[in-house]
Amino acid sequence: MATTVETIAEAVTPEFEHSNERLRRRRGALLALPAYLYLIIFFVIPFGIVVVYSFATRTRFGTDLSGWNLNSYRRLGDDLVRDVLFRSAWLALLTTVVCLVLAYPFSYYMATRSERTRNLMLVFVMIPFWTNFLVRTYAWRVILGTDGPYSQLTSAVGLGSGRLLFTQVAVVLGLVYGFLPFMILPLYASIERVDPRLLEASRDLYATGFGTFRRILLPLSMPGVIAGSILVFVPSLGAYVTPSILGGAKTTLLGSYIVTQFLSARDFPFGAALSFVLMIVMLSATLIYFRKGGRTL
Amino acid sequence: MKSNGKATVGILLALSFLATACGSDGGDSAAGSCEVGQVDGDLALYNWAEYIDEEQLDEFAAEYGISATMDTYESNEVLQPKIAAGNSGYDVIVPSDYMVGILIAGEHVQALNKDLIPNLSNVSPDFANPSYDPDGSYAVPYQWGYTGIAVDTEVVGTDFPRSWDIVFSDFAADYSGRITLLDDPRETLGAALKSLGYSLNTTDQSQLDEAQALVSEYKDNLAAFNTDSGDELITSGETAIAHGYSGDMFTQFLETDDPSRYVFFVPEEGGTRWIDNMAIPFDAPHPCTAHTFINWLLDGEQGAALSNWNYYGTPNSASIDLLDEELNAFLTDPTVLTGGQETLESIIDTGDFETNYADAFSRAKG
Amino acid sequence: MSGSVVRPTGKTGRLLAANAWLVYLFFYAPIVVLVIYSFSDSRNVGVWGGFTLDWYEDFGNSRQAKGALTNSLKVAVASTVVAVVLGTMSALAIERYRFRGRAFFDALLYLPVIVPDVTMAVMLLLFFAEAASLFGFSKGFATITLSHIAFSISFVSIVVRARISGMSEQLEEAAMDLYATRRQAFRYVTLPAIMPGITGGALLAFTLSLDDVVITEFVTGPGWTTLPVFVFGLIRKGVTPLINAISVIMLIASMGLVALSLLAERARGDRGSEA
Repeated sequence: MATTVETIAEAVTPEFEHSNERLRRRRGALLALPAYLYLIIFFVIPFGIVVVYSFATRTRFGTDLSGWNLNSYRRLGDDLVRDVLFRSAWLALLTTVVCLVLAYPFSYYMATRSERTRNLMLVFVMIPFWTNFLVRTYAWRVILGTDGPYSQLTSAVGLGSGRLLFTQVAVVLGLVYGFLPFMILPLYASIERVDPRLLEASRDLYATGFGTFRRILLPLSMPGVIAGSILVFVPSLGAYVTPSILGGAKTTLLGSYIVTQFLSARDFPFGAALSFVLMIVMLSATLIYFRKGGRTL
Repeated sequence: MKSNGKATVGILLALSFLATACGSDGGDSAAGSCEVGQVDGDLALYNWAEYIDEEQLDEFAAEYGISATMDTYESNEVLQPKIAAGNSGYDVIVPSDYMVGILIAGEHVQALNKDLIPNLSNVSPDFANPSYDPDGSYAVPYQWGYTGIAVDTEVVGTDFPRSWDIVFSDFAADYSGRITLLDDPRETLGAALKSLGYSLNTTDQSQLDEAQALVSEYKDNLAAFNTDSGDELITSGETAIAHGYSGDMFTQFLETDDPSRYVFFVPEEGGTRWIDNMAIPFDAPHPCTAHTFINWLLDGEQGAALSNWNYYGTPNSASIDLLDEELNAFLTDPTVLTGGQETLESIIDTGDFETNYADAFSRAKG
Repeated sequence: MSGSVVRPTGKTGRLLAANAWLVYLFFYAPIVVLVIYSFSDSRNVGVWGGFTLDWYEDFGNSRQAKGALTNSLKVAVASTVVAVVLGTMSALAIERYRFRGRAFFDALLYLPVIVPDVTMAVMLLLFFAEAASLFGFSKGFATITLSHIAFSISFVSIVVRARISGMSEQLEEAAMDLYATRRQAFRYVTLPAIMPGITGGALLAFTLSLDDVVITEFVTGPGWTTLPVFVFGLIRKGVTPLINAISVIMLIASMGLVALSLLAERARGDRGSEA
């Protein structure tokens, strides 16, 4: 804890600057330390085990750790892996874009309400998600099924009965439903912070509404857009229950492919290699994306 | 803060964990010192959901003055790594046939002390000597059933092939979008293998390739690959033909207004007969209680109570006469087994070939 | 801080309002279906079998279901509290300070978001199994909560960072120029300013914990089945409207809490205006 004296001293005497910088460094490190240690123990070490497994060999009933090899990594070059990856990435991208398009105006609208309304709106976004995930997905199955409300709606307006269940559209819809709050929360947190005077100033200078959005609001809320996109894209890429229940599991997606390796095939080494490489790719992409986003600010 | 140093320490720690992990504990029975009917602590049961009535469990607990908890899982594949990792904390588990084989091979279940299970004599000879556990040294059958095809006769009529052609031929095209197959490499490729006249436990890659091609060829007729809801989808009218497990189908049929509308059969080329079993993890905290529980459940009346509640077949010959009529009629229905007993197979672990099944299934789906 | 952004009017305003209603319609459509089927007299969630209250009675009688719900709530509350504190601290550290190892820490914070569920489940299973044999503890509440915190920290941190990023420190500095201590500056300036981010992160962490199946299933021990794990177990035999009934009870409870907090707020507001 810095004392007031220190604070004043630092303001008036330049020679304090250096030690102040050290103090700030120490303070930053201290703030980070608990989470840092936590993640080392409960994430990095367990993850280290998985990385070790990726060099091991599958046996009938487990994993043989004695002979290290790269066989699992070699299998990653397979056509199947590439197809699965591209298909899943496309689906996740689509989900992210739809979420962004729905969530941005929603979050902006929310940010323009009074504080009490804002909080209420936020809570009402989350409440549906305190029900059970499977039951929500089953409810979607009812809605999108042959005799469900959606089909009845389309036949009522003369489009014929339309079963959306077990199609790609249903999968995207289900994923958007599940991950929309992940987009809304960071977006709202960053839009709400934008100084309204900037927007007013822009309008006073005869910028169009769209111009204000593009030149002022969007760049200032970019951290939220980036954070939201990552929180939606990444879990969509690994989702497997929604594609299975609403899509009918008719094509192999990344999430189910990884689950199959760990569970059905009990091939921990291959599952581990797959996850390890995926994580490196995703992490690099995320960091680059963030750096880029950071520069536009 | 030295981040690199920390990371290195982390990896070293992980390695030291692994070093201790390599030495697996043996599969010897720890129940050598127990006596018949003895309990050495509370029972922790790890079972499939809706597979035993909570009240029946309470009855056991009350009789022996202990408490009984049950946790549930939804697949053998979740059960196995949890048990294999050790320290699961469970006394009794209920793995299926092929998984028993895997658990035995990994020494993750302990040999039963048969002296503590006098009711073993109730197990019907049909189940006493299964291929995955010769002599029944490690596992005691719990319930059994078939994998087959359910048909909604209101949609399909009664004139349909009683063979796998119903899903793997052009017949299926008429019901496009109204068919589900199990989302399980072994079951669904197994069905294709049977349809081609091969064993569903084949380790011949060319046969597996053929099966993969067959599934791939007819998959466009499917509404879904689904292991969990095939039964619900057919009775809610979403589908008309469903690949699934006998007990699941049967209980769902009975939920409808007109159960006779649905037919369940095992195609004439044959299919799967599966058996779920009770076994004791190698590091079960209370092996005496575990043996006592297994023995208690093998009692004729308890076995019947079990089946009458979950509506699966019982391997207990002392329970058969005590079954509900409805259940008994279904279990002995001669039209279910179109190809006869000898066409049935149990799924057996194929060792290293297992990854080929997983791979072939992923490729069949595309 | 006035906080709220300019309110758009006219056509834009109406379009925004329409979009908001649409989003809520989307959010609540399956919830309406879910509520309706909780009164359905059929085991099959997709079939309407006439009105009944049996599922609610079943819940009252099912020790397993009640236990699972209680377990879930305990874990969700505990893991959210810890994850919010650790996540917010890490967000402040990364956005406001330069320190050694910051880049590594930054990358580390994303990993739990990126790792596939089942991979995290397997690695924690192996980790806790080993730890248990070394230190001799039994799996249950602690292992589940520790695992949930491990992924929630990252989610909280990302949401809070989206709030802090680009926010200037001038206000805190001004406060301290006015002789506020660092603690006071944090309490009365920083904290209120980043509160929307913290609230969002907390809601996210709570929701994630309440919904997690795969990781929980692998790290739990005897007697510690959570609600999602219990429901997932039912999937083979059929998820019955019992789960809908439990969901409805949770909906009512959470809405009740919201209503209570609104009333409390109003009461406070009234007292404030009288004073």
